[in-house]
Amino acid sequence: MSQAARRSPFEPTGFGRVLETTAAWVLAVLWALPLLYAVWTAFHPAEFSARFELTAPLTLQNFANAWNAAPFGRYFVNTVALVTLILVSQFVLCTLAAYAFARFRFFGADVAFFLVLLQLMIMPDILIVENYRTMARLGILDSIPAIALPYVASAFGIFLLRQTFKQVPRELDEAARVEGAGSLRILLRVYVPLAKPIYLAYGLVSVSHHWNNFLWPLIVTNSVESRPLTVGLQVFSSTDQGIDWSIITAATLITSGPLLIAFLLFQRQFVQSFMRAGIR
Amino acid sequence: MTRVNAHVAGWLLLLPAVAFLALFTHWPAVATLIDSFHSTPRGRRPAAFVGPDNYAVMIDDPVFWQSVSNNLWFAVGTIPVSIALAILMALWVNDRLAGRTWLRTAYFTPTVLPMIAVANIWLFFYTPQYGLLEQVTGLFGAPSHNWLGTPDTALACVIVVAIWKEAGFFMIFYLAALQQIPPSLAEAAALEGASRGYYLRRIVLPLLMPTTMFVLINAVINAFRMVDHIIVMTRGGPDNATSLLLFYIYEVGFKFWDTAYAAALTMVLVVVLGAVALAQYLFLERRTHYQ
Amino acid sequence: MLVRTMRSMALAAAGAAMSVAAAAQTVEVPFFFPVAVGGPITKLIDQYAADFSKENPSIKVTPIYAGSYQETIVKALTAHKSGSPPVTSVLLSTDMFTLIDEDAIIPIDSFVKTDADRAWLKSFFPAFMMNSQTEGKTWGVPFQRSTVVLYWNKEAFKEAGLDPDKPPQTWAEQLEFAKKLTKRDAAGNVTQWGMQVPSSGFPYWLFQCFTTQNGVELMNQAGDTTYYDKPEVVEALQYWVDLSTKHKVMAPGVIEWGTTPKDFFERKTAMMWTTTGNLTNVRNNAKFDFGVAMLPAGKRRGSPTGGGNFYVFKKSTPAQQEAAVKFIQWITSPERAAQWGIDTGYVAVRPDAWETPAMKKYVAGFPAAAVARDQLPHAVAELSTHENQRVTKALNDGLQAALTGAKTPAQAMKDAQAEAQRILRPYQR
Repeated sequence: MSQAARRSPFEPTGFGRVLETTAAWVLAVLWALPLLYAVWTAFHPAEFSARFELTAPLTLQNFANAWNAAPFGRYFVNTVALVTLILVSQFVLCTLAAYAFARFRFFGADVAFFLVLLQLMIMPDILIVENYRTMARLGILDSIPAIALPYVASAFGIFLLRQTFKQVPRELDEAARVEGAGSLRILLRVYVPLAKPIYLAYGLVSVSHHWNNFLWPLIVTNSVESRPLTVGLQVFSSTDQGIDWSIITAATLITSGPLLIAFLLFQRQFVQSFMRAGIR
Repeated sequence: MTRVNAHVAGWLLLLPAVAFLALFTHWPAVATLIDSFHSTPRGRRPAAFVGPDNYAVMIDDPVFWQSVSNNLWFAVGTIPVSIALAILMALWVNDRLAGRTWLRTAYFTPTVLPMIAVANIWLFFYTPQYGLLEQVTGLFGAPSHNWLGTPDTALACVIVVAIWKEAGFFMIFYLAALQQIPPSLAEAAALEGASRGYYLRRIVLPLLMPTTMFVLINAVINAFRMVDHIIVMTRGGPDNATSLLLFYIYEVGFKFWDTAYAAALTMVLVVVLGAVALAQYLFLERRTHYQ
Repeated sequence: MLVRTMRSMALAAAGAAMSVAAAAQTVEVPFFFPVAVGGPITKLIDQYAADFSKENPSIKVTPIYAGSYQETIVKALTAHKSGSPPVTSVLLSTDMFTLIDEDAIIPIDSFVKTDADRAWLKSFFPAFMMNSQTEGKTWGVPFQRSTVVLYWNKEAFKEAGLDPDKPPQTWAEQLEFAKKLTKRDAAGNVTQWGMQVPSSGFPYWLFQCFTTQNGVELMNQAGDTTYYDKPEVVEALQYWVDLSTKHKVMAPGVIEWGTTPKDFFERKTAMMWTTTGNLTNVRNNAKFDFGVAMLPAGKRRGSPTGGGNFYVFKKSTPAQQEAAVKFIQWITSPERAAQWGIDTGYVAVRPDAWETPAMKKYVAGFPAAAVARDQLPHAVAELSTHENQRVTKALNDGLQAALTGAKTPAQAMKDAQAEAQRILRPYQR
């Protein structure tokens, strides 16, 4: 962002600037509307969930009701366990594979790389029927590992780290080798530390993706013990009694709260991480 | 390191990842193909080889064709608009308009919110009469409209939700690309007397092309993967007007328990996405050659 | 006695190892129960299981809360296929054919041996048994069941010059009231609809009210034939469609089930059709005086039933199955059926449950609770066939096509029938 200090001669000026600023803000308000609505409704009694009067009384009752209506505590534990399991496995598997692709010339590397990249497109998300069957065969349906397993080897992670490792100067690698370090040791001592920002970036992308993932967990879980927050939220909001937005918005804020707060606090890092993950 | 060692070490490092990929991506893809030529096992009747029967059923299945057409419209509706909006957002945030941090936050927030949760909120926006949209249109005296309950508007409504969800995410990549354009380029163009439109069209947009390719591929994937909001908002209705392919696969596989037919449907997705993957691979290969 | 005392002393002394042996003598009955969230219902069920085990120390019922109905059947069927299903489970009454086709359950009749057993099986409202019997056998025992009823806003009735205590009794009256209750502003935009019948998700259930009232059934008892294209069915659909397109007393298009109660609370509709299960919700959230009534009559009154039955799974030991049936008999006794109805809002499943003191007291204080019971004599079985989900979807799609004006009612029902018959062909003998 350093070069942005100079103002570009093509930035809009005068009336055009006012116009564009207004447009940008209109769009921003539209984009923030669902969140604003959630905050409004969650903090007001149910009568005001469709009526926006500034004098409406504030309340925390919706949060209490939502919290008591479903085992969100347990769902939180499940989700945290899930994203941790996925993240750690992804780091290990992707690091090893990326290292192989970046620094080893081995038989069949090109074909293997293509097979890996294939997963960028044909992702586990669409192979739900067969993966469900596999989990049933393994006897691990309705468990957190069952949600995690299809995602632990990530083509995106491998690709990202491979690009990063490739940029590590060979001299560093060779210097370590002269000192008698083995391949794994070099990986840990030279490559991994240099790729730290990428790990952070990839980690944030992965955590926010799996925190919010829904369809596959919906299919493989069916008990409170394994359900992540998203599925818990859906089970909770789709009752025969109809939709109670006060409770749902409160539950929405509860479930996405940690991620949202983390995002607002570390916004710069978040945005820059996503940027890094995108530059290949 | 000897040459043999490199082969062995390379494969050893690769093994764990490849094993998982094979188990949960490659094998399921192959198994899907195999299953699609068998019947669904039920009760005492085991699966039997039925040849292309499932595909024949598929060709005669109007819901399948409607899902395909819906999915194409969904792609046509979401991809260009969300990319255009993403570029616009990135330009605005990059131009340091007043309150750019707030703008960036607002644009990016949908990315960190779970679709399943916001879909319930969007459901309120679209509710006839007292929903937010109706409260606004009502101010202008427009008659009430059943947005999600009418086939003409239901698909458009879920498209809007998808655009809202992903435009801010794509913006980030454009922002990154914009910040890598050297300012001297703009200065040089200004000296040449280029207009802003000319500069954006002839210099910025071409420089954003690689990012656009990347974003485009992501957008294509999302167009075939995003069904969370369908499950909450319309369950494919009214009369299959919002049924997307993956949603239909979910319905056939996990509500009708017709896994063989679901496998045949999945093959359609696999082939479509596989073709895109091939195109992407060729494109990426070309790019890496320049490095 | 002495022997027993000595044995129990020995047990106490022997500790853990022996208690495992003792456990082997008790019959374990894993019991899947569809409840999505925690809270009061799980506590009630836990209490029932504990009470039962206290009275029957040799049987241990373990409730497992498996999520929604949809999730519970998935879980039960998956467990069945892998060889270790629950011994008993509460599942939708409409899942009967699916469970039979998967060879997952056994008929209850095999356990009905004494006269008392036979009397028990006959003690339920016949309407609930319709979804529990086929091929001359009983496969399910009614437990948590519901029907569709009419809720009306008494204040809106007053404003429209109607008697707030008189709900519509017939289709004609319903239409007439709805016309009076539909309010429009100066620009002609509707501010309050006369009535609302939701049509998202599972419109077939609401539609069955119309068809029953029009004196026609949608399927046969064997579950292998549907009658979607009968003239009376088309006529019933025409009445529903006309409410919005011709008479303009109901919002056009597909009406969301989930928002219907809220529409009622927001006074956007003066009458609504929804499940009896909404009673507590409406009581808590309606800020006006409301009434609950039987659905108006066409040629007759009518509503389908809904909700869950007990099933007994095949792949468990005879001892476990016996124990499960004993538990089911116990939990469906009049007193418990009454208490369950009071606590949850479901319709107590047998007439004598309504004669218990607890239930009488409850109904005296809240007469609306008895409406569902009074409607039961007019109730019919919920649509259920082989390949249930698919056959139902064919109808749902047709209904939504007609309601959104994509097809005429006749065409929509003709297409739905053709599709349903195509799916059911393999089951017709």
